[in-house]
Amino acid sequence: MRTWDDRAENMSLDSSPNAGTAEPLLILEPSRAEKHYWADLWRYRELFLILAWRDVAVRYKQTAIGLLWAILRPLLTLAALTVIFHRIARLPSDGEAPYPLMVFAALLPWSFFSSTLTEASNSLVVNANLISKVYFPRLIVPTATLLTELVDMGIGFLLLIGLMAFYQFAPTWNILLLPLFVLLAVLASLGPSLLFASLNVKYRDFRYVIPFIVQFGLYISPVGFSSGVVPKDWRLLYSLNPMVGVIDGFRWAILGGNSRIDWPGFSLSVGVTVVLLWLGISLFRRTEKTFADLV
Amino acid sequence: MTDIVVKAEHLGKRYVIGHQSEEQAYGTLRDTLMQGARAAWRRIRDVARGNAIIAGGTREDLWALQDVNFEIARGEAVGIIGRNGAGKSTLLKVLSRITEPSAGRVSIRGRVASLLEVGTGFHPELSGRENIYLNGAVLGMTRAEITRRFDEIVAFAELSRFLDTPVKRYSSGMYVRLAFAVAAHLEPEILLVDEVLAVGDAIFQKKCLAKMDDVTKTGRTVLFVSHNMGAILHLCSRAVLLEAGRVTFSGDVSEAVERYHSGVREDSSIDLDSFSGHRRGRQEFSRIRNISLLDENGRYQTVFGMGETLVVRLTIDFKRPTRGAVFGVLFRNAMGVLLHDFRSAFDGFFPDIEEGRAVFEVTVPEIRAYPGYYTVGAWIQQQVGVASDDYVSEALKLHIIDRKLIGDPRANFEIITKEGTEIYHPCSWRVVGES
Repeated sequence: MRTWDDRAENMSLDSSPNAGTAEPLLILEPSRAEKHYWADLWRYRELFLILAWRDVAVRYKQTAIGLLWAILRPLLTLAALTVIFHRIARLPSDGEAPYPLMVFAALLPWSFFSSTLTEASNSLVVNANLISKVYFPRLIVPTATLLTELVDMGIGFLLLIGLMAFYQFAPTWNILLLPLFVLLAVLASLGPSLLFASLNVKYRDFRYVIPFIVQFGLYISPVGFSSGVVPKDWRLLYSLNPMVGVIDGFRWAILGGNSRIDWPGFSLSVGVTVVLLWLGISLFRRTEKTFADLV
Repeated sequence: MTDIVVKAEHLGKRYVIGHQSEEQAYGTLRDTLMQGARAAWRRIRDVARGNAIIAGGTREDLWALQDVNFEIARGEAVGIIGRNGAGKSTLLKVLSRITEPSAGRVSIRGRVASLLEVGTGFHPELSGRENIYLNGAVLGMTRAEITRRFDEIVAFAELSRFLDTPVKRYSSGMYVRLAFAVAAHLEPEILLVDEVLAVGDAIFQKKCLAKMDDVTKTGRTVLFVSHNMGAILHLCSRAVLLEAGRVTFSGDVSEAVERYHSGVREDSSIDLDSFSGHRRGRQEFSRIRNISLLDENGRYQTVFGMGETLVVRLTIDFKRPTRGAVFGVLFRNAMGVLLHDFRSAFDGFFPDIEEGRAVFEVTVPEIRAYPGYYTVGAWIQQQVGVASDDYVSEALKLHIIDRKLIGDPRANFEIITKEGTEIYHPCSWRVVGES
């Protein structure tokens, strides 16, 4: 190492006119840790935004009803869930809140989570042409997908306002904490997405695993029903699902006093979120240099 | 002391590739089941160890780059030349950080942009205007930079009328023009370019070359991979010659190009015992000793007329009695592109071979490559579909000339060699009349 450092200094001590201007010295070596990884990520923020913009821009190209899909899809899901869980299964709502509103408060983070997981996990494979031809911090690809889904969630919020007006349901001060729960939803989606994205590059099996997880997740997350109907004994096991904390948080913020947060369960959910996030980032960082060879 | 901006030391890049193993080629149901079980076990082991899954029974380390050393000074334009598979593209991929080296070290000073493909990241649904921003960002330009140079880019591409048309409606020529226009306005300190001039029409290529010339004159460092020796000679002062993943020459560009052309001897016969070119294979049961070129009368030859008979004689040593072996003769153009892979199996030739030396001949009744230089190589496999036991990529060079034996007597075959097509196929033409 010492010999190299000496040489590196020599390189910067030369007499060329440009040498003084802090040109970055980049060293490429087998399994060398990037020193400036996070700074690099910041440097590439424009690419990140433009990739997200691209996905938004092409999403509804060549569809007949275009952006209407962003409204129609959640409304149809909402109708189906309300009919099945409320009309047929006769499950109770949270407090006085209208059942569709309670379902929609959960549907917002849930559809964000499920589409982020699906899209981000495939994002590296879908963008294989970029990854094998240009360098940039690979983390940009799945996170740009996440940003795209966040735009869809924004449209969902507009719908929510419409629904609240329709049911003449006024929010409480709790709503001010909603951004915090949106952040939680982002983190809860990011961890598993990074995990699956890096695994999917190497083992395409995960392309088949993810739809199953999403389908299964809809039943073990309180989307169509209230967390209140889960028996006490099952509460902690049930809260291992990070989306439980996110959804309970959304309901607490949107429905105000009608929905209560079970704090031990919530903390557990947040804890699982943090662990998954750490796992996702560390696996991603460890494997990203091989993506171009495998994808 | 000169100002070195790129420095590679003992650089190596290894890929692990899988081959179909010998017993996999055919077998009974029991064999198939056994192999299935073995493959499944291997796969589980790979996943448990966190390795990638590699298809095929036998594995081989392939060093795409090995012990590569060079230095590039600020403002130099350096060509990287070599035949197909010599490791040129891999080298650029390592330098541009797309893939990690397996050995050695590279140090780079300054902002690098790589252009390994024209139009990377283009989205067919987006308009020309949108794609300029997208592609610019992918290549490392900032939004402000692109906006500043937007008009220049559009003017260079000559596409101002189609700016708001989705690029999927573009012709391939328009597409390439737009893509190159964006790339041409990159302003990094170090530019890595891979064979992008191979696309586009001749006039546009010329324009691109002129643009590249400007780039090198402004004192930026350029690494340029191309098969177009004319472009290399024109743009670069120095060149690095790669052969089978190793640097065999680094220095003056004209000497490098000369060596590139003379890498393979023009000769009618070569003994391969001390062959220094690209050769691979385990030589488990066989070893190619000699390759010779003869005419139809059995005379050694290096010059053949278009339409004449080419006979390739292979002398191979066998370490054990062999049946079902397959051989091939490789026929490449001067750039190393494989034009013919004459395979004994395709012609139903499956000789029983004793241990010891055997001599085979393959006769190509009418060689129809256009006038120019070509190379011949050979390989042998235990059976169809397995890895080659011995493989010599290019052993001899031969010269094809036009002796007016085929085609119309007035045909001037010489001109077509400049267009990139290589094989003449006689056709018949007639007037059908107007309908």
